[in-house]
Amino acid sequence: MCLAVPGRIMEIAGTGDFDRVGKVSFGGVIKDVSLAYVPEAAVGDYVIVHVGFALSVVDEEEAERTIALLKELESNGTDASGAAEDET
Amino acid sequence: MKHIDEYRDAALVKAAADGIAALTTRPWVIMEICGGQTNTIIRYGLDELLPREITLVHGPGCPVCVTPVALIDAAVSIAARPDVIFCSFGDMLRVPGTEKDLLSVKAAGGDVRIVYSPMDALDLARRMPEKEIVFFAVGFETTAPANAMALWRARRDGVRNFSALVSQVLVPPAMRAILDSPGGRIQGFLAAGHVCTVMGFREYEELAGEYRVPIVVTGFEPLDLMQGVMMCVRQLEEGRAEVENQYSRSVRREGNTKAREIMEDVFRVVPRTWRGIGEIPSSGLGLRDEYAAFDAAKRFGVHADSPEPTDLCISGLILQGLKKPPDCPAFAGACTPSRPLGATMVSSEGACSVYYAYKRTHE
Ligand code: SF4
Repeated sequence: MCLAVPGRIMEIAGTGDFDRVGKVSFGGVIKDVSLAYVPEAAVGDYVIVHVGFALSVVDEEEAERTIALLKELESNGTDASGAAEDET
Repeated sequence: MKHIDEYRDAALVKAAADGIAALTTRPWVIMEICGGQTNTIIRYGLDELLPREITLVHGPGCPVCVTPVALIDAAVSIAARPDVIFCSFGDMLRVPGTEKDLLSVKAAGGDVRIVYSPMDALDLARRMPEKEIVFFAVGFETTAPANAMALWRARRDGVRNFSALVSQVLVPPAMRAILDSPGGRIQGFLAAGHVCTVMGFREYEELAGEYRVPIVVTGFEPLDLMQGVMMCVRQLEEGRAEVENQYSRSVRREGNTKAREIMEDVFRVVPRTWRGIGEIPSSGLGLRDEYAAFDAAKRFGVHADSPEPTDLCISGLILQGLKKPPDCPAFAGACTPSRPLGATMVSSEGACSVYYAYKRTHE
């Protein structure tokens, strides 16, 4: 039950703080997901979903940075352990 | 799928393993907290790609595994009532209680239903006012926001036939217990990325400072884990003990403040018994007094305080990183996923069932 998966918001229905619900696509499988905890989420965003609730919006810049660091490791053997240090 | 596939690139995993090998000069023991991480490590054989000096030990982060026997017994007795529809996450159904599991209650005609989200249970309560709907609210900080929201709404809307049997657990007190344990040998931690997505990592900064132990907040894909190990090893080699965030695409230092507000409204911190381990102070969440009317244990008069049985299952030692599944005499013999003797053989996040699924019958 701890497996949370990233999915993409296709549509948002409902307004108000706690009643926003998104149609979220997990590789084509669409599920209704509560957006109560991610008021900033918009259509097109990827969200991390856990037992029916989105818990965070995936930060695309941080995701790219993580992957870039790892790729660097492959190309020239420098280390990728500097990812996201004290970015708070 | 985006945000998954790119973290499974075999060439990059190999490059990361080489990078770790280049950094490592001494033996180090690192614990990954979360059973989801254990699953990834064993499924992809990541531990076998690491240099010999690095030992990964599996932590207690499997809610199915740590829910105490007494609570399973309480669930079984409530679920057997004819007026009750008992709703649970699927993996709790096969967890053995003292005599029975929830699945056998269902087989005997009890109305036990698997739900994906606690909101499904709440919806059922609204649709079936003549029935008592009881939700088995278990899990770590990851399920707590959803479970709290179901209770918050039930109270706001006065849904009287809804209640929850609560056994929420918290990660940092368990880490503290592991660090305090006399046989402890953990030198670094990979913290569970999704738990930190909810809670942030301030509490981990205290732990890192107090115990001089590096903690890397880590995701769940193979490359997340390899990078997490690399960051942890680098700290150990350099003699640093800080909190670093590998899973920065999801985790912010303060966590999800909205989720934490609702959790705070519904739950308070309580002591909890962990299956196979025993009571850990301040390691769980229970309902606040304002929510007493929604407490299934009170409503049905069950007591979740029977003592933990002692039997041949060594899951408690496995959950504390002191033993591995093949060390158990029952592993893959008397105990298998189809006939589990202990909770760690049940869920795909439980170390015993992960080892069994990927045929790790020896170390
Ligand atoms: S193999 Fe079975 S009996 Fe042994 S520790 Fe694991 S769950 Fe317990």
